[in-house]
Amino acid sequence: MENAIELKNITKRFGTKVVANKNVNLTLRKGEILSLLGENGSGKTTLMNMIAGIYYPDSGSIYVNGEEAVIKSPRDAFSYKIGMIHQHFKLVDIFSAAENIILGLKERYNLNKVNKMVKDIANRYGFDIDPKKKVYEMSVSEKQTVEIIKVLYRGADILILDEPTAVLTPQEIAKLFTILKSMKKDGKSIIIITHKLNEVLEISDRVSILRKGKYIGTLDTDKTNESQLTEMMVGKKVDLEIDRFHTSFDELLLEVKDLSVLGTENHRAIKHINFDLRAGEILGVAGITGCGQKELCEAIVGLHPIKSGDIIHKGQSIANLTPRQIIDKGIAMSFIPEDRLGMGLAPSFSITDNMMLKTYNEGKLPFVDRKKARAEAINLIKELDIVTPSTEIAVKKLSGGNVQKVLVGREISAGPNVIITAYPVRGLDINSSYLIYNILNKQKAKGVGVLFVGEDLDVMLSLCDRIMVLCHGKMMGIVDATKTTKEELGMMMTGKEKISDDISGKETQNDQK
Amino acid sequence: MTKNKAKHEPLFHVVRRTSMPAWQSISIRALSILAAFLVCCLILLIAYQCDPITFISSLFNGVFGTERRIWLFLYDLAILLGISLALVPAFKMKFWNIGADGQTLIGGLGCVAVMHYLGGVLPDAGVIAISLVVSILAGGIWGLIPAFFKARFKTNETLFTLMMNYIAIQLVSFFINTWVSSGTGVLKPIDTGNLPTIGGNTYLLTIILVAILLVFMSVYLRYSKHGFELSLVGENENTARYAGINVRKVIIRTMLLSGVICGVMGFLMVSGYTHTISTSLVNGRGFTGVIVTWLSGFNPLYMVLTSVLFVFLSRGTSQVITNLGITNSAIQNIVIGIFYFCIIGFEFFIRYQVLFTKNGSKRNSSLVKGLEVKAESKEA
Repeated sequence: MENAIELKNITKRFGTKVVANKNVNLTLRKGEILSLLGENGSGKTTLMNMIAGIYYPDSGSIYVNGEEAVIKSPRDAFSYKIGMIHQHFKLVDIFSAAENIILGLKERYNLNKVNKMVKDIANRYGFDIDPKKKVYEMSVSEKQTVEIIKVLYRGADILILDEPTAVLTPQEIAKLFTILKSMKKDGKSIIIITHKLNEVLEISDRVSILRKGKYIGTLDTDKTNESQLTEMMVGKKVDLEIDRFHTSFDELLLEVKDLSVLGTENHRAIKHINFDLRAGEILGVAGITGCGQKELCEAIVGLHPIKSGDIIHKGQSIANLTPRQIIDKGIAMSFIPEDRLGMGLAPSFSITDNMMLKTYNEGKLPFVDRKKARAEAINLIKELDIVTPSTEIAVKKLSGGNVQKVLVGREISAGPNVIITAYPVRGLDINSSYLIYNILNKQKAKGVGVLFVGEDLDVMLSLCDRIMVLCHGKMMGIVDATKTTKEELGMMMTGKEKISDDISGKETQNDQK
Repeated sequence: MTKNKAKHEPLFHVVRRTSMPAWQSISIRALSILAAFLVCCLILLIAYQCDPITFISSLFNGVFGTERRIWLFLYDLAILLGISLALVPAFKMKFWNIGADGQTLIGGLGCVAVMHYLGGVLPDAGVIAISLVVSILAGGIWGLIPAFFKARFKTNETLFTLMMNYIAIQLVSFFINTWVSSGTGVLKPIDTGNLPTIGGNTYLLTIILVAILLVFMSVYLRYSKHGFELSLVGENENTARYAGINVRKVIIRTMLLSGVICGVMGFLMVSGYTHTISTSLVNGRGFTGVIVTWLSGFNPLYMVLTSVLFVFLSRGTSQVITNLGITNSAIQNIVIGIFYFCIIGFEFFIRYQVLFTKNGSKRNSSLVKGLEVKAESKEA
């Protein structure tokens, strides 16, 4: 049987230095689900974009159904029946699902016909969709459904999904996988880009691995396992265990009482939340994107005004204080925001200058103490193995992992007793991710309280002591991470109240004793 | 299929450079000035049959021909540099202050007003002191108003500062009309309450003061806490807030500084040189200063070089048209325009490089090889 897609010696460069793909070969068989596995920056998306007509390869050739193909634009890709569902959806908010689906097609605008066809497609594969619903009223998973149907409507036989599970809850992922399997039965060929190993093993027939733009190999999924895949993806053996231990500190560090926070559009982003953070614990915060995590973190550190309620640090209220006032009170609270280069660091400043971001104001002289900052930078580079030519290079020129090391390193070296961190491993490779988990664990061992906003539930379940679940700004409950499951968290994230017994901080502490 | 493919192959790729050795970027800039000279020579040759040697010699003659011309050159340089130095802290904060013209003019107006009302009434030293204070206040207020609205209501500072220029111009016209009763509409120079000269040299004091300002501004931006704060606000307001900076305060403080320096420049021009005022006192230097600041990448020391170039051109070209007897002064702007165009245009070659695809059947591979060679030489 001939192959749906065959890539031969594909090379793509950006600029003179960046080789996104180097001599990559890849085969997609007809009627299979192929996972494309690789770390962030390994060139998965670039490669797929060349099949979808977004980029054009510098060299090499693409064969579709055994014939050499020239794919210059997404329209060309559709003429070869190839459709790609991008990680960032490309939908018009104020249009309905059906309108988005036919957008760009040169056919008569006949919504009744479109609605009927959309329903047909949905019934065939098991989608839930209301063609008349506007995109701005949709949840993330509904938007994804629109994107997939858009591609199917155009008659695609070959589907490429770029990290489709990144934004979904466990339940939504399970549903998506059922749909993908029914599409496979229908004879569609599917490539799914991912860096999550359990998903690779669950859904795909074969898995191809890229590392640093190079093709490493392809394996049959039923003949491999997580550690072999990791080794191929990273290039060396990696220990995927996260150590969780109990500490015996019992100090109450942070109390959040009946906190409400308004979001940017004046809706209530956080609604009457109560929780506390104790010394020597990692408290996870789970929830789908935009459920108030960002506002919660920023409210605690003084970057977001508070509507009502109180935040108490060791008996001292810090509600509605500015970051400077909090520092001046002598409170050592570190914040590792999700937007590293947009908030935590100044991208075009040197590592040295970034070191003194929060301390530049120390001392009575009107001048900044760059000497001290440089010494700190040198220290940090040594301690965390930051790869950089010098301390004076702009942090935006460093790789993602090194950028995060600079940020986390600076925040830790300030000697905090509370660390607020939002998605600290987003976009990082496996090695850097585990380094960050280790750093957080070390802080926990020292008696620091860590508030950890995360997205990978597997990691949260093995790293956190307790997990607080948010849904639309409401707290659905706090669960013991050792006693809960991914499914339970998923249910809570979508608004169902907790199933297992709710536990307060005090009880956890007693359990540990 | 393959034919179709060949058609699609682009002839060249434009690629962003990651870095460039200093000698290369300096020679590209030197080349841009050379290219500008060549184009100017060509145009003058065609339009006025002026040979290149006459053109270039009168250019230099106009700037360095006599001792007085050299002093005037240095003085013009000091004024342009001073106004540019006033702009640079605001620009580094990404506050696009294009109102330096108005801020300087209103400073000058403050000085003239004090000289007009108090000249001869008070001793000269008193008049000078009061006019300095009034100039500082006037310039400061002109900088403060748009800063306040920007900090409080996020208004667009570009439009705001621009419009403030016209208010300043109208105020100057109004006061000239009030003070000058006769129909000439020209305010006669006021000879009391003027800044003293140094050994009879009118220009030296201004030049020295601007030199001091240059040192101050370099240190302020690079080493002071204020400098750190304002570049952080310019970099990213969120990061600045994260670092515990009061963004509003920094915006207002920095624009106040910018306006105050402009006001002082207005004072120096009026009290030290013109002793009178007209609406064309600043003569667009507030806008030229924008280009000076931008081209030097907000680095005060490079700003000296760019302002030398612009003052050289404007003084030199006016001599060229005098020497050639050209009545059409547009040619002066054309020459300056060609220089701007070449210098800014050549920046493209500093930021990007162009890689050509070779003809023939091996198009693809030759491009890739070319890129590989480049990449390897970079790594080496």
